[in-house]
Amino acid sequence: MDGRRKLLLVIAALLAVLLATPHSGSYIMVLVTHALVFAILAMSLDILLGFTGLPSLGQAAYLGMGAYLTAILATRLQFGLDWTFWVVVVLGILIGAATAAFFGLFAVHAGGVYFLMITLALGMCVWGLAYRWNSLTGGDNGIVLPPRPSFGIQLADDVTFFYLVFAFFVASLAALYVLVRSPFGRSLVGIRENELRMRILGYNTWLHKYVAFIIAGGFGGLAGVLWAHAHGLVSPEDVVLATSVDALLMVVLGGPGTLVGGAIGAAIVVFLREYLSTLVPWWQYVLGGVYVLTILYLPGGLLSLPERIRSRRAKPAGTAEAKVLQSESR
Amino acid sequence: MLKQIGRSSTWGWIAGLLALAGFMGAPPAGAAQELRIGFVAPTTGAFSQIGRDMVNGFQMYLDEVGGNFAGAKVTFIVEDEEAKPPVAVRKVEKLIRQDKVHMFIGGLLASTGYAIAPVSTRLKTVYVASIPAADDLTQRDAGKYPLMVRTGWTSSQPNHPFGEWACQQGYKRIVAIGADYAFGHEVVGGFQKAFEDCGGRIIQKIWPPLGTIDFGPYIPTIKKNADAIFTLMVGPMSLQFPKQLASAGIRLPVLGGGTSYDEFVLPAMGDEVIGHVSALQYSAALDNPKNVAFVKKYREKYGKVPSYYSESNYSTAQMIHEVMKKTKGKWPGAAQFVKLLSTIQLDTPRGPVRLDEMRNPVHNIYIRMVRKKKEHGYDKDELWNTVIKTYPNVGQFYKYKKEEFLKQPVYSRDYPPCKYCE
Amino acid sequence: MDTNFWVIQTFNGVSYGALLFLLASGLSLIFGVMRIVNLAHGSFFLLGGYVALTVIWTTGSWFLAIPAAALAIAVVGLLMERVFLRPLGFDPLRQVLLTVGFAYLFQQAALDIWGGDNLDISPPAVLKESAVIGGFYFPVYRAFMIGMAVVVGIILWLAMEKTRMGAMVRATVDDAEMARGVGINTSLVSMFIFALGAFLAGLGGVIGGAFLGVYPGLDFAILPIAFAVVIIGGMGSLTGAAVGSLLVGLADNFGKALFPEVSYFTLYAPMVLILALKPTGLFGRE
Repeated sequence: MDGRRKLLLVIAALLAVLLATPHSGSYIMVLVTHALVFAILAMSLDILLGFTGLPSLGQAAYLGMGAYLTAILATRLQFGLDWTFWVVVVLGILIGAATAAFFGLFAVHAGGVYFLMITLALGMCVWGLAYRWNSLTGGDNGIVLPPRPSFGIQLADDVTFFYLVFAFFVASLAALYVLVRSPFGRSLVGIRENELRMRILGYNTWLHKYVAFIIAGGFGGLAGVLWAHAHGLVSPEDVVLATSVDALLMVVLGGPGTLVGGAIGAAIVVFLREYLSTLVPWWQYVLGGVYVLTILYLPGGLLSLPERIRSRRAKPAGTAEAKVLQSESR
Repeated sequence: MLKQIGRSSTWGWIAGLLALAGFMGAPPAGAAQELRIGFVAPTTGAFSQIGRDMVNGFQMYLDEVGGNFAGAKVTFIVEDEEAKPPVAVRKVEKLIRQDKVHMFIGGLLASTGYAIAPVSTRLKTVYVASIPAADDLTQRDAGKYPLMVRTGWTSSQPNHPFGEWACQQGYKRIVAIGADYAFGHEVVGGFQKAFEDCGGRIIQKIWPPLGTIDFGPYIPTIKKNADAIFTLMVGPMSLQFPKQLASAGIRLPVLGGGTSYDEFVLPAMGDEVIGHVSALQYSAALDNPKNVAFVKKYREKYGKVPSYYSESNYSTAQMIHEVMKKTKGKWPGAAQFVKLLSTIQLDTPRGPVRLDEMRNPVHNIYIRMVRKKKEHGYDKDELWNTVIKTYPNVGQFYKYKKEEFLKQPVYSRDYPPCKYCE
Repeated sequence: MDTNFWVIQTFNGVSYGALLFLLASGLSLIFGVMRIVNLAHGSFFLLGGYVALTVIWTTGSWFLAIPAAALAIAVVGLLMERVFLRPLGFDPLRQVLLTVGFAYLFQQAALDIWGGDNLDISPPAVLKESAVIGGFYFPVYRAFMIGMAVVVGIILWLAMEKTRMGAMVRATVDDAEMARGVGINTSLVSMFIFALGAFLAGLGGVIGGAFLGVYPGLDFAILPIAFAVVIIGGMGSLTGAAVGSLLVGLADNFGKALFPEVSYFTLYAPMVLILALKPTGLFGRE
């Protein structure tokens, strides 16, 4: 498919979600809203993983920073419950970005598997604070938020809130799309493919990665602000390692380096976690199975499927497989 | 050609997406004379046995009446809340929005209670708190949750008389060590208030996080010149603490909140807990006919002695049945149901139960000592929570005046202040 | 804060560190040789405890349970490496996610097989006592854990330094490419190391089961602490695992006792600091 047709398809899918969701029963709407919030988080991670080649195991930290900021401002200072909600959105993005700017100093110079470990450690630090710093975070109790903001528009209404989250999702998608197509985004891909070559060409690769890390943190913070209001409760459970790992799965499942892949992955994982467990008591088998099968059989994620099917049709199966695998391995 | 396939598949995708969206919208149908009950309990994770006790208790009563409450067919939907407040919130939303339940029951942790009670108000659905003991749900915040009824207990409820009892035993200086979350704070707080009002002194408070299993850092800090230790443990903590306390050579008398020695964990415990005393509204060793029958039947069915988690949900089912008898199986509407449920008076395995005007049970509190003996005609020596004293009909404010009690802040890490801490 | 406090806290910290060593040494070796971040390592620990319980229930022997459980888990690890991890080749991200998938599968399987009860492994009575030395009470079981860790540590050290397999492992840790070049079968080494890592975790599960209990969720509770050890000590280094365990055991213990509000922070902040200064950990090599 060429770029224009892809764009058309994405717009059509977005329209379908936008039009169908409000009529789809109130629980589905909640699920879709949750999925959209996580889609923002997954896309922020895709900037690191898919475009820059940095697998972060600590993305939940930024979600947590945004969410706790929102909850603490709302309960302590009653701030952000009217038009000041927009201020909180900005603050949430800033705190995510600032946290990433700090963490990036430790993490960005490391490569590959060391980057995984450092981001894991940094994520655990944030969790540790959320879990034990009782006087600020309420510890294990978490923080229950007051009803959602209203500023002429009642966000307490689930449909309205869905539209808001949807708007944020589309804005994030568009912003990140512009970002990855910019010269900056192209050099990130260059770093992913061959960092040494980029350095020889005179790029400051550390700075590029550092900026990408901060941008990802900012979008993570935004997801956190929305998550706090979507859920009405912020708890250390939101910041656990499993959330970060889930975010990774979303990206890998959908297709790294595609942005929308992360969104699709988010939809599937949110559905699995929140809905599947209501259908079968042994939901962990399915969740574990999805992890294992994705890794073994879907190296390029779901979005690579059409490509794989087409090339399999076009050529004898064996060579097509080899070619796809080749293009996946980097 | 290829291009055409591409285009038609684009439209195919769009059509598929729309079809999927349409499918998602199909609403579930509800039959007449049906009572839809949602139940949240942890069935995976560290608290899964407790979750099963909860479900089993409710299920056993349902089975006894053939799944029929006075003509209303009961649809019982269990959701796994993993003992995590955010998961519980999501599951409750699902029960209400998707399954259109008339009420939801359960939740395990007090923090979960605080998290899901607002959902009951927001989505206008009855919440029956059979386990979460968070004090303020039926105290200072009771007005915020008009559709919530508690059939379990408040955390501090058994510990007011217990604090007084401890003082009367002659204990003067006690060290408190409790799980660091709402429930722990409130249990210890209730004990401390009554104990200190009677002249005792809490000389130290230690707060290990919920889920602590290595008490190595905490046990050595316990002040050795105390008269006794008051512990509040939950889940896996209950099993490890007494063991590690004993092997650290601490021989002080041990008192505890009810969950520290509850029957969910008692059979796995060692002899070091013999002689430990705790307070709760239930003990499997209670010697009334209702309870003896309940214990025997439960044990036969599920292979273990019921815990308070089982009893509380069994009794909850019984209370709901009573309400439905009054309405002849018709759902009376949320507000009316709450009204009816709060006027119920009933004999349950734990003893007589009625609800106060803030929709919290008034029931007996039992002071129980762990003893190794034969009980209810079983032929093996086992650990039982033997009742050594009964405080009849204890309400959530105990002897305190409601108005004055409600003026003080909810029990927390810092309230009552530790004025005798050394 | 009298002497008693410092002596006992130090002892507790060291003994907790000893248990962590059993768990983390395997994790560290796996990482060093295969560059795999094994998030299923906590599951090995938990499964070890459960298998031991089954052995104890059927045979009544605690002594038999220790090797039986460790070997059973080694077999699980071996199969996992051969069937699933090996075909992936070298790809840290996909390996991590695969081990996460297995962690979920193991967790559900353990729940289905052994139920959700909080269980406890009961060691022989003599280990449940406490020894009184100079007025201090030392739980014997904690001393036993220290002893086990020392013995296992020495055996591992001898195996790595004095045997041919050990030399092959060290060569692979240093430079897998080079090791292959000189004719070392790195695939075999990886298989051996993954099984050994699982063996150690299973062993830790039996030993730790009598101390921490055996219950669903223990796997994810213990995992982050094991990672702290490996990250601080240095990935792939036995000395690092030993020093890291000791440091983390003590930091965790004193952090919780002295600064309860920020106790996890006192554990993870030094970890981040070490990573910032020396990404390979105290004893790790590039």
